[in-house]
Amino acid sequence: MTWQRSRVRLDDDNRAFWTGGREGKLYIHKCGDCGGFTHPPRAICRHCQSENIGPHAVAGAGVIDTYTINHQKWAPDMEVPFVIARVRLDDAPDVFLTTNIVNCQVEAVDIDDRVQVVFEEQEGLWYPLFEKARGQ
Amino acid sequence: MKREAYISGIGMSEVGVRLTRAPLALTVDAIREAVADAGLTLAQIDGVSTYPGKMSMFLGFSPIGVDEVIETCGLKTRWHTGAAESTAQLGAIADAAAAVRSGLARHVICFRTVYEAAALARPDEYPPMNRRDGVTGNSQWVSPFGAFSAACWTAQFATRHMKRYGMTREQLAQVALNDHRNAALNPRAIVKEPLTLEKYMAARLISTPFCLYDCDRFTDASTVVIVSAGDAIDEVKATPIRIAASAGSVERYSWDQAEWASAYPTGRDLWRNTDYKPKDVDTVQFYDGFAFQPITWLEGLGFCAVGEGGQFLEGGTRIALDGELPMNTGGGQLGWGRLHGFGFAYESVVQLRGAGGARQIKGDPKVAVATSGGGPMAAALLLARD
Repeated sequence: MTWQRSRVRLDDDNRAFWTGGREGKLYIHKCGDCGGFTHPPRAICRHCQSENIGPHAVAGAGVIDTYTINHQKWAPDMEVPFVIARVRLDDAPDVFLTTNIVNCQVEAVDIDDRVQVVFEEQEGLWYPLFEKARGQ
Repeated sequence: MKREAYISGIGMSEVGVRLTRAPLALTVDAIREAVADAGLTLAQIDGVSTYPGKMSMFLGFSPIGVDEVIETCGLKTRWHTGAAESTAQLGAIADAAAAVRSGLARHVICFRTVYEAAALARPDEYPPMNRRDGVTGNSQWVSPFGAFSAACWTAQFATRHMKRYGMTREQLAQVALNDHRNAALNPRAIVKEPLTLEKYMAARLISTPFCLYDCDRFTDASTVVIVSAGDAIDEVKATPIRIAASAGSVERYSWDQAEWASAYPTGRDLWRNTDYKPKDVDTVQFYDGFAFQPITWLEGLGFCAVGEGGQFLEGGTRIALDGELPMNTGGGQLGWGRLHGFGFAYESVVQLRGAGGARQIKGDPKVAVATSGGGPMAAALLLARD
């Protein structure tokens, strides 16, 4: 997909998520006290309300919880169809990421497919996309 | 004696696409009609409630604020609210019911004005919401991936139902088919003709499994209900419809984190707040901005088990006007227009008063459920004629 993705305004909560791809890392906020994940990222843990929370690099592997094949050009430069999926991360099981499944035919995507993060950079933001895990 | 709250009057403006009259004028039309329907005068109105309040960043979605209604109608109010962070659209009516029950007001105008079609045609006056630059808040978790629309978010819930529970497109189609059939009997609806399954299956896809007919379309309209206190009901001339219970909840507020639609917890809660049971319900008016949402309400309210909503719709006979559970009798949002939640309260009152004309359900309907919201936020009203 070559269309211009929405530009996110960075702040202290979301900066690691949107720029971690520069170092190949997918960062999800994790609590240093209870170990729980908080996404969307915030300054306070949503499980135990601790302030001891910050970005934690996860493995970037997961499964497709559900998906849709989008056919509508919501913006003039969109190339359709493409897959919008909700991925459940292996090592942050209560976190979902809405993303695109790339590098395969849209018909090849299914629920429970194993996927791995890949990053797409546009103007300093690193968008975490996913592709089907090798061996599938 | 328990203090009761009633819907005492209903009103609606012209419903259209790319209307030119100002949204405030549409709002006043609907208010006038509702106040007259109740047999009240503006001087008796002492409260105003709306969802979501004026949204300056997204004017077509909500162009009118509470203050404009109070000033324009010369109201002397004691209580008002207009909140986006409430329990979805019908929460504005549930909040008004709570206000009149607690004595904060006697007669409350509840309104929802939409102007999305007109706004799209007049971008200089109504700038479209910016989804591309400087995205913040919960939009940032979906918009960068091309999921600009709630169609894409809701479609993922629907895909899961197809893959996990075997829901078919033919079953899903029954929502749009039923809506179109009923809208054709409703003089105020945008849709004038029934829809065939062949035409549905041939329609272009928006976001699978949704095709064009599974998505409501931008509409210009204002819908009003008047909520009145039980101890002021003798001032009302119309048949009052009691707000027997309400419920509202939020799953994870960000759409991307909500594993299940909030219709499920909201549906369960509604029955905790009343002695009525699902078997007592004569008609349901289920939010259907997207065709899958009524399925979540059927399941969430316990009209069928989780995963069996598709089968419930099979063939469309159970939800038809002469079926066991007539649904969206006025055409829903897919047929009537995107009235954004308030149409379901309006139509419940029409049916419970027996005023549906060509679309009136048979018998002596006394209990209806109206719902709004379809993703992580939801509200439900249980309405009864005593």
